[in-house]
Amino acid sequence: MTGPLARARLVLGAVAVAGLIAFAAPAHAQQQGSLIDPDASVVNEQTLLRQSPRIEGQTDLLDQRERVLIQPAGRTWDHFHQVTLHWLGAIAILGTLVALAAAYFVLGRLRISAGRSGRKVPRFNAFERFAHWLTAVSFVVLGISGLNITFGKRLLLPLIGNVAFSTFSQAAKYAHNFTSFPFVLGLVMIVAIFIKDNIPDKIDIEWFKQGGGFIKSKHPPARRFNAGEKLVFWGALGAGAAVSVSGYLLLFPFYVTDIAGMQIAQAVHSVIAILFVALILGHIYIGTLGMEGAFEAMGTGEVDFNWAKEHHDLWLEEKLAQGRLAVRPEHPSLTPAE
Amino acid sequence: MARMKFLCDADRCIECNACVTACKNENEVPWGINRRRVVTINDGKPGERSVSMACMHCTDAPCAAVCPVSCIFSTDDGVVLHSKDLCIGCGYCFYACPFGAPQYPKVSNFGSRGKMDKCTYCAGGGGDEVPGSSEEYSKYGANRMLQGKLPLCAEMCSTKSLLAGDGEIIAQIYKERVIKRGYGSGAWGWTTAYREGIEV
Repeated sequence: MTGPLARARLVLGAVAVAGLIAFAAPAHAQQQGSLIDPDASVVNEQTLLRQSPRIEGQTDLLDQRERVLIQPAGRTWDHFHQVTLHWLGAIAILGTLVALAAAYFVLGRLRISAGRSGRKVPRFNAFERFAHWLTAVSFVVLGISGLNITFGKRLLLPLIGNVAFSTFSQAAKYAHNFTSFPFVLGLVMIVAIFIKDNIPDKIDIEWFKQGGGFIKSKHPPARRFNAGEKLVFWGALGAGAAVSVSGYLLLFPFYVTDIAGMQIAQAVHSVIAILFVALILGHIYIGTLGMEGAFEAMGTGEVDFNWAKEHHDLWLEEKLAQGRLAVRPEHPSLTPAE
Repeated sequence: MARMKFLCDADRCIECNACVTACKNENEVPWGINRRRVVTINDGKPGERSVSMACMHCTDAPCAAVCPVSCIFSTDDGVVLHSKDLCIGCGYCFYACPFGAPQYPKVSNFGSRGKMDKCTYCAGGGGDEVPGSSEEYSKYGANRMLQGKLPLCAEMCSTKSLLAGDGEIIAQIYKERVIKRGYGSGAWGWTTAYREGIEV
């Protein structure tokens, strides 16, 4: 019984050995002929960069982020940051400041045409004002620390020297990182509170046609928020969302995106943030210097009856019709005890 | 004055990672930081090539241009150094670097970056420390340049794939090699770093 099996094994073994010799012999002969091309299938940098913007390979290091060998896009980002962004930022922000200064000197402060009535109308309650000022204070901190990262070395560094500037910038970096959280919280609150009053409407078109509140003789009709305010609302929502998402991508490097994603995120973050600053400069102007009676809406929460009538007539009518308007009497002495 | 450069002859690199180890040891580089790395293209396939890469000490260094606190600069030898006293760890040099050279120790919250660390060409640091002092060593690593020595990664290289020194001299050495052996996959990173390749 074992005889045939052993014989079969022997035959198989012999065939295998013969096969090996048969295959090995030509290979050996080829090596002796030295026909191996050490340069075969080799790739070079230029070919790889034509195929993809980044050259990646394998590395034995534990940190797999090190797999990117060359990314010439770094030079592109350098150009964006040093040239494009600086020009864009300077034009957007200085342009806005010049436009606002021109508005102030040409139009002057927009007065309440009928003068103050002395009657107060509640406009924003304490919670609404808290949401606004939380966002506003955060925005100023983020704006200044953000602009410092881009423009500080040109404007502030020559004035205070590199040690003081580095100390300031280091603090500004941490302020920027941490203030992002209250900013996002404030923004979410603002959107939740005010979105129902900011839905675009037909009368918004009319408001724009009549030139907003900027032509003194005319006061186009408006509900709680006029078209200009709605523009600020949606601008802040859109820009706020864009800077928040891109900002958190940068704050948590490599959690979501790689180096290419971070370069794009930084570009989006900086461009949108600069336009956002320009928008908010306009918002600050009209809420303070630009218009009489506007600041108190977010200051004390109450506006003058005549201001409400001129700028938000439909809103005032609604409030009066609802009978929910508790108008504070002219004389403080008559205020009933609460 | 000599313009110092790195050149990795990928046709000689055997991916032994001795340059990486030599760098870590010579400079007492902090844990988690790699000033130099070896990347293998087409690993395990025909035409596989390995390249040892670190800071290339670029001409018109993009990291230096974008640094918000201007703490990065080029020396007269073309070596790109920085001051860790001024660095704020913002990460901009990392976005700008074509070679992934800047590294940051993770120091605190989120992905917050500490003071940037990168290859110094074994030339000490760009801070106020006395060259060759122990203060300089603990912050930036070795100052071999002061002793007239080249970076240890290149000096250690067993196949002399990684070359360091005057750009013109190492380019000449590379050209001679390519002519003698009849092939060469080029000076990796040179067009991006120095805006010139090596014509053979």
